[in-house]
Amino acid sequence: MAVTILKERWTSKVAEVTIGEGPKAVKVGGDSTLPYLTFEGQVPNAPVVALEVSDVYPEDWPEILKNAWGDVLSDPVAWAKKAVEFGADAVALRLDSAHPDKGNASAEDVARTAKAVADAIDVPLIVLGCGVEEKDAEIFPTVGEVLQGKNCLIGCATQENYNSIVATALVNGHSVIASSPLDINLAKQLNILITEMNLPSDRIVIDPLIGALGYGIEYAYSIMERARLGALTGDKMLAMPIICFVGQESWKAKEAKDEGSPEGYDWGGQYTRAILWEVMTATTLLQAGGHLFLMRHPDSLKQFKDHVAAISKGAQY
Amino acid sequence: MALTGLEIYKQLPKKNCKECGQPTCLAFAMQLAAGKASLEACPYVSDAAKEFLGAASAPPIALVKIGTGEKELSIGNETVLFRHDKRFEHPTGIAIEVYDDMSAEEIAAKVDAINKLVFDRVGQIHEVDLVAVVNRSGDAGKFVEAVKAVQGATKYPLILISSDVNAMGQALEVAAAGKPLVYAATAENYEAMTELAKKYQVPLAVKGSNLNELAELVEKVTALGWKELVIDSGAREVAQALGDLTQIRRKALKEKFRPFGYPAIAFASNPENPLQEAIDAGVYIAKYAGIVVISSADPAVVLPLITLRLNIYTDPQKPIAVEAKIYEIGNPGPDAPVFITTNFSLTYFCVAGDVEASRVPAYVIPIDTDGISVLTAWAAGKYSPEKIAEDLKNLGIKDKINHNKIIIPGHVAVLSGKLAELSGFEVIVGPRESSGIPSFLKQRWN
Repeated sequence: MAVTILKERWTSKVAEVTIGEGPKAVKVGGDSTLPYLTFEGQVPNAPVVALEVSDVYPEDWPEILKNAWGDVLSDPVAWAKKAVEFGADAVALRLDSAHPDKGNASAEDVARTAKAVADAIDVPLIVLGCGVEEKDAEIFPTVGEVLQGKNCLIGCATQENYNSIVATALVNGHSVIASSPLDINLAKQLNILITEMNLPSDRIVIDPLIGALGYGIEYAYSIMERARLGALTGDKMLAMPIICFVGQESWKAKEAKDEGSPEGYDWGGQYTRAILWEVMTATTLLQAGGHLFLMRHPDSLKQFKDHVAAISKGAQY
Repeated sequence: MALTGLEIYKQLPKKNCKECGQPTCLAFAMQLAAGKASLEACPYVSDAAKEFLGAASAPPIALVKIGTGEKELSIGNETVLFRHDKRFEHPTGIAIEVYDDMSAEEIAAKVDAINKLVFDRVGQIHEVDLVAVVNRSGDAGKFVEAVKAVQGATKYPLILISSDVNAMGQALEVAAAGKPLVYAATAENYEAMTELAKKYQVPLAVKGSNLNELAELVEKVTALGWKELVIDSGAREVAQALGDLTQIRRKALKEKFRPFGYPAIAFASNPENPLQEAIDAGVYIAKYAGIVVISSADPAVVLPLITLRLNIYTDPQKPIAVEAKIYEIGNPGPDAPVFITTNFSLTYFCVAGDVEASRVPAYVIPIDTDGISVLTAWAAGKYSPEKIAEDLKNLGIKDKINHNKIIIPGHVAVLSGKLAELSGFEVIVGPRESSGIPSFLKQRWN
């Protein structure tokens, strides 16, 4: 019996954002179907994986994660180069040293680091602030300026500080991560505010503030599915590609961080469990519609890429 | 093919008796058309109408039960493509393979490992659901021995995997009482396999080599009079399986395509590569598998899958709550800080995680807000100074500490005066987002 394949006729698609310049620049988005349902639409760009680099030694990382990187963790430039060696499509530099508790570095100081990292790598650079909204608003004008022409992705712009970050992106030619807490309407509202400042919608990436496996991933999963359905049915303010802070969230989970279960259950070996915690957070959110994935363990990146190679083949009908 | 509400209405008694729970027969007809009601709710419907409406009134995806007693697994009966539309009803059954060409000791060890896959999450116990015994040896005698051994060693229901009708018949002689899933009826053996399933009254998996052959086979099997089915399109590559599982679910729900109106089974087993096996299994849990079969019994592989299943199958309209009690993070002493939050599980996990990240041992107390978040609970009057003061008293936090301070979420700073007055605590206003806790503790708690 010939089964007629049921294809949805989507009327619109996800915006396509380019990050970086030169031969290693990457494109994210552009999808005209749900994730990997290539029998009814296109998934023109592979998901992009960035490995995270910080300008402060990552004290809070578990040993298993620190050991994967060896001795580069005190030097953001060496660290970024190693990330590229590990096969990262992009480097995500966190300017943690600007945080009032981590040295309160000045805009000039962090801009110098950002420039040094950008000059040392040939892949696109994502620059993240320290997470304190006021401080990020203060550092990004300078950081954006020294990176002029690099077409970086910078953020996170929130309801509180988007003005300053979007302004520097406009002047210096960067794209912006728009971050809003797990709410599709807030995400939409922030995108409207940002586009009203005349930043084109193909220079915005949505950060829905994901949770890791076991720690609220289902909220992000459903918001991302709804955003994708919105994008495919013509809602331009939900049609930006989506970034997922997978490493940051999954390495907070005790299942990834701890050697064993505090309650005495057998959790198996930490390596397999921790890598799966990070990769399955990513692959699950890939099914929900994620485009850009920030990870921390190089082996997670490898496993994720192997999966992407397999799932990208698409079903044949 | 699906009937419209009006077509169904014509077949109903039109008494408007309300006994079905709907105000009118027309309303009932609309519910039937939407797959939200069952024809059995109508006490007066004629047999002729029942027969006519049979297909239309059946749920779009059948409910299938495997096993008996406490560990019986129910799958199917799903009504939506996206969990935000309603919810996914019956969590994917996780099955682990055991092979009949393993030695008796190896089989015993693997079943023991499967039995030990038990995890606690927020006070609830989660485990796997099925053991799949695979006739990898091709030998009927070995298969029966393995089935006997596994059955005697585990409480989980079985999936019997063999394409050999003779081996399956012998295995069912010893295992049918436990209501295993017979895997599988194929183009070559479906008549005999269906006879076995009917004879022993056990659920039957139907396996095609693609969607077309699957639909054809399901029609042949149902024509032979057996409808307790689980379906398999035969796809073993993740990309094809994602497409097939999506087509099966879509066609069942959107077109009421009867051959696909059964729960689907997907095989992720890949002993060479347990990480990719787990990743593929995760895709099948998110995307519509009623059962997922894996080869690994490593807790490090199964824990993420069980956790993912729990997440995907939670009801998005009903927040999950944690128990409202005093949680101790990192062995706090009497001088440790006390954080007050709500019992919305996500809120609690964020606060607990960020307290842990701060490396300052502390008490975290989620107040019972029926599982809603800080601001929503405050707006709804479920996070009032009176309620918090009373809960703190009942939980007896005063006896555990040698200071008099509590820390409340920054978003409800407005509560602090009244709460201090009612509870007698010195109320410190904490950060608005839990991510601010580590730096807050560094600056404000010495």
